[in-house]
Parts: sequence; structure tokens; C-alpha cells
Amino acid sequence: MNELAIRKDGDIPASSFGELKLVPPSALQNLTLPQAERTLLGFELPTVARLYQQMILIRLVEERLLELFSQGLLFGTTHTSIGQEANAVGVINALDRDRDIVWSNHRCHGHFIAYSGEVEGLIAEIMGRVTGICGGRGGSQHLCFRNFHSNGIQGGIAPVAVGCALARKDEGAVAVVFLGDGTMGEGAVYESLNLASVFGAPVLFVVEDNEIAQTTPKNLTVSGSIIARAEPFGIRTFAYDGNDPVEICELAQEAVGYVRAEGRPCWLYLRTERIGPHSKGDDTRPALRLEQARARDPIPPMRQRVADFEEIDAFCRSTVDRAVESAAAAAMARG
Amino acid sequence: MRVVESINRALHDLMEADLQLVVMGEDVLDPYGGAFKVTKGLSTAYQDRVWTTPISEGGIVGMATGMALKGRPVIVELMFGDFIALAADQIINHAAKFRWMYNDQVEVPIIIRAPMGGRRGYGPTHSQSLEKHFCGVPGLTVSATHEYADPGALLHRALASRSPHLIIENKVMYSRPVFGAAALPRPPDADIVILTYGGCVEHAVAAAKKLVEEEEIATTVVAVEQLSPFPCEDVLSQVGRCSRVVAVEEGSPGWGFASECARALIGRVRHFSALAGPDHPIPSSREWEDDLLPGVDAIQAACIDLFKKG
Repeated sequence: MNELAIRKDGDIPASSFGELKLVPPSALQNLTLPQAERTLLGFELPTVARLYQQMILIRLVEERLLELFSQGLLFGTTHTSIGQEANAVGVINALDRDRDIVWSNHRCHGHFIAYSGEVEGLIAEIMGRVTGICGGRGGSQHLCFRNFHSNGIQGGIAPVAVGCALARKDEGAVAVVFLGDGTMGEGAVYESLNLASVFGAPVLFVVEDNEIAQTTPKNLTVSGSIIARAEPFGIRTFAYDGNDPVEICELAQEAVGYVRAEGRPCWLYLRTERIGPHSKGDDTRPALRLEQARARDPIPPMRQRVADFEEIDAFCRSTVDRAVESAAAAAMARG
Repeated sequence: MRVVESINRALHDLMEADLQLVVMGEDVLDPYGGAFKVTKGLSTAYQDRVWTTPISEGGIVGMATGMALKGRPVIVELMFGDFIALAADQIINHAAKFRWMYNDQVEVPIIIRAPMGGRRGYGPTHSQSLEKHFCGVPGLTVSATHEYADPGALLHRALASRSPHLIIENKVMYSRPVFGAAALPRPPDADIVILTYGGCVEHAVAAAKKLVEEEEIATTVVAVEQLSPFPCEDVLSQVGRCSRVVAVEEGSPGWGFASECARALIGRVRHFSALAGPDHPIPSSREWEDDLLPGVDAIQAACIDLFKKG
């Protein structure tokens, strides 16, 4: 597969976050292993393969979470982003993981994995284990790792992200906050648009429009245009409908570049599809609508572009297997 | 020194000492200096770090929380404490939760200052004492300053703790002198202890003086500064062996300060009674408002009633 032809060298730099990782001495001694350590986020790979690896990693983790739920090994709730992975990897890979800040919502696993690669910490967290990324305190929708945070309150994270952006503006950092079409009903979003514009916050508002809020379709809850919402606040807007992670990443790079250079907020609208249920088994959409959603699955087109996708899949699958095993072996968090 | 000056001085000192600190709120800039003049002079001295904000209480508390999370402590002034309901989600589900929920990986040094209380004729939505709705929120410390403590020192302690604080100030109290703890009536072997906080302290002190002068009832006033988490041990030790306690608060009755006092005192006192504000909104009529909020006469009468019970 002609992957290098698609990749635009230098367009999407691998984060130095990955380069910070030390290669274990054992790997250096063993000449049969690759020269550089293979990273879970594929920092050593060309762009298309890297974005694909991150997407399939997210997909496999979330499919496994739903399995674990059906096996009674998970409790509480979990919101998967199956179908929306292109947004997560596209936007996160446009960031500087060393300094930029990410705020995500209840549907945060994809964003989290793309930012951190901490699959084991995530699965253990959702399984309520002491080895979880928040020691079993936060669970699925309350994650914290370096400058990544998520919270389960719709819209409430928006002003917090504005504040984070302002606090680190002098360091050239950008904050990204992920919202959904369902969040458009929350007043906090509009207060945040106003505050971000008034104070010049370097914050990128990303709206993932999957046209459904839990079980309620967008046409019953959202008036007017989501794309046009931020412009009257003096906020530059980008919009995209395509579910291609490379295109999303390029667009996000442009948006992030603007936010960083101008010290101004930006509104990035991404039309997407939630292929899975809101949480578990609560999908009431008609079969035809679900079929339309599945037709926009971002994974199959990427497999046409990544020659060794099967090998990448196997690598990610074994990573998830080991993470689940390791999490299951860890003690339950009990305080 | 007046209460407003004590707080204002502390704000200046804190801004000078911590170059990351930001003060924000509605109409806080000079020459106005805030609706109650607490931030007067601050924006002139620290132009870049005193921010006047849109009328957007939820938004500004959220924004302040985000700044605090990323290393810039913030003191937020709510123009009227009543407006805190607009920021409830940010306080309860964000600022107060982050540290614990994120497994102690972060800290949120934010102070929210909220002028509460009536007796100014401001009516139903500008006279309330809403602090009880924020007491018992894990991760949040709620304090109420008063003129027998050191209002400025409370701000210093709150910021030093690097954790979310809600500080209740009182609109009427701003212009009163700071007397200090030594001025509180604490007779040996008191007949009655009045437990109270915030704006009711001055009325309790006046009632205690009348009780000893007119009725020869020795009355101690315990002014509780930290409301939540409730300092049970401290309150118990201040009540000592006294068997009669009256709890006085200005907010609506029930699920409040008196309830918390009673919980701390279960099995420790013989007689307990409680005074609170009305169980309906506070009227604009000044006279009517005075009739409803616990003042000197009502506190005195409650103490005499309790004393007569034995």
C-alpha cells in the first residue's frame, strides 16, 4: 500500500512526548528487535499509520469494555465513542502533548487514549482497580493524566477549559475542550464562548456532532445552526464533515495554529457518527439510521490506506489483552 | 480597622506576595472597587491581575477553577452571595471534586467570596444567607467571617491551604470595626452559650450584654468561623460544661447551622433551642425584615426562655 505517498512529511510532527520515552536496555541489547521501541501511539510511524493505530486501539479498547460489561466484569456506566475515533486522533495529534491541555466529557476514552496511550491505566480505572489512572476513584468519565482531564457534567467543563487556557497562555499552550451536539443545550457553553472571546483565551472548542443525545435525535433538541453558534461571539469557526482522521488532523492543526498564534478561541465543528449505543444497549435508533451511521465508520477506509493494518491490529489487540489481564489481576480499589 | 479594610488589606498583601494570583468579579475595577468597595484600589495597584468580568457567575467560577487547576490561584468576588446558585454546578461538580476525584494529582486554589445576609432592605433575591446549601459539600471549606475574628487572616489561611474555599462575608458587617476574639463575652461558668456565626454575631453579643445586665444571666457567645466541615471538637470545648445552648442563624430554618450544632451536642447539653430567619423569602420592607431576622430582642427572649426551663 502506498502509504508514504499519502503522508505529508512534516505536516504532522510526532510529539516529543513520545520521544521522551526511554528505550529499555534489554531492547538495545537484543539485535533481533527493532532499533527504536514500538510505541502504543505509533510515534515512530508515518502519519496515516500512526492515526490508524491510535484509532484501532481506541476501537479495540471500547469493544472490549462492552464485552467486559456483558460478562458482568464492569459496573456503573461507560460511554463508548465507537465511530467517532477519527475526531479523537485527528484533534489530539494536532496538539503538543507536552504543554497543551485537553478537557473531555463523558465520552472521553478515545480522547484519553489518543492523548496518553495509557490503555492499562484506563481499563484498570474502569474496572475500579488500584492501578487505575485515578486509583479507581474516577472511573470511565473522570480521568486525569498530566494535562488531560475529563468530567461527566455536560457543558460544565467548558468554562474550566477556558480558565486552563488562560492560565497557561504565557507558555504558548492551547486548551481543547470536546463538546457534543447534546451539550448545545447547556448555558455554560455560551458563557464560555463569551468569556473566551472577552479574555482572549487560547481555547479550541471542538463539537462532535453525532446527531443524537443519548436517545434523543438532534432535531428535537437543537435549534438553529451549531456551526454558526460561535461566530457572533467573534470566534473563528472551522467545520468539517468527512470522518477522515488525516483531514481532521490537518484542519485541527490549522485551528490550533490559529489559537496558539493569535491567543484567540476557535470553534471546530466535526460531523460524526456514533455507531455504538449511548452507554450499553440503549440504542433506540431505527435500523436504517444505524446502517447510515455504520456506513460512515472511519476504520474501513483507513484499512485501504495502511498496508500492514493486520499487523497493527494484532499489536493493539495483544496490548488490550494484556491490559485487561493485568487490570483483572490488580486489587479492587477500596480506599 | 473596619472589616472591609481588613479584607481589602489582605487582598493587597496576597496580590503582592503571589504574582500568579488573580482577583476577578463583577464591577471590581476602580474607581468603583466592587459593589461593597472590598476591592478598592486593587485594580490600580495590580492592573493585569484584577479582572472585571461579564455577569456570568457560573462561567467565572468555572474559569477561575480552570486557572487554579493550572497553577494560577484565583479569588472570585460574587457581587451578591445570592448569585452563588448560578455557580453551584461549578463549585459542587468541578472545583470541590477535582482533587479527590483525580486521585490527589491536582490542587484547586480558589477562593469564592460571597457577601450574604439581609437587614439592608434588598428584598427576596439580594438578602439571603445561602451558605447552608454549600455546607457538607466534600472538598469545599465554607467559612463565615465576623468582626470578632480577623477577616484578613482568614483569607490568608484559605489561600495558603491551596484548596477550594467559600468565604461568607456580611453586607452590614463590612462597615463595622474589627474587635478581635478577646471582645467576645466569655464569662466563667456561663448560664447559656449562644452558638452563632457571620452577621448574627454582633446581635448575639449585644443580647449577651443585655442578658447579664438586665437578667443576670451569664452568657457566652461562641462565634463559629469555619462552618463546613463543622468543627465539632472546637465547638464542644467552647460550650464546655454549660447545659443550655441557643443556636442562632439568619438563613431559613432547618437543615442548617442549628441542625449541625445539635448533631455536635447530642447528649452533651440539657436544653437546646434554635433561632433562624423566615421560612419564606425575605421581604423588602425594612421593618418587616427586622421583625423576621433574629435580632437582639429575639435572641434575648430565646435565652430567657431556655434559662427558665432549668
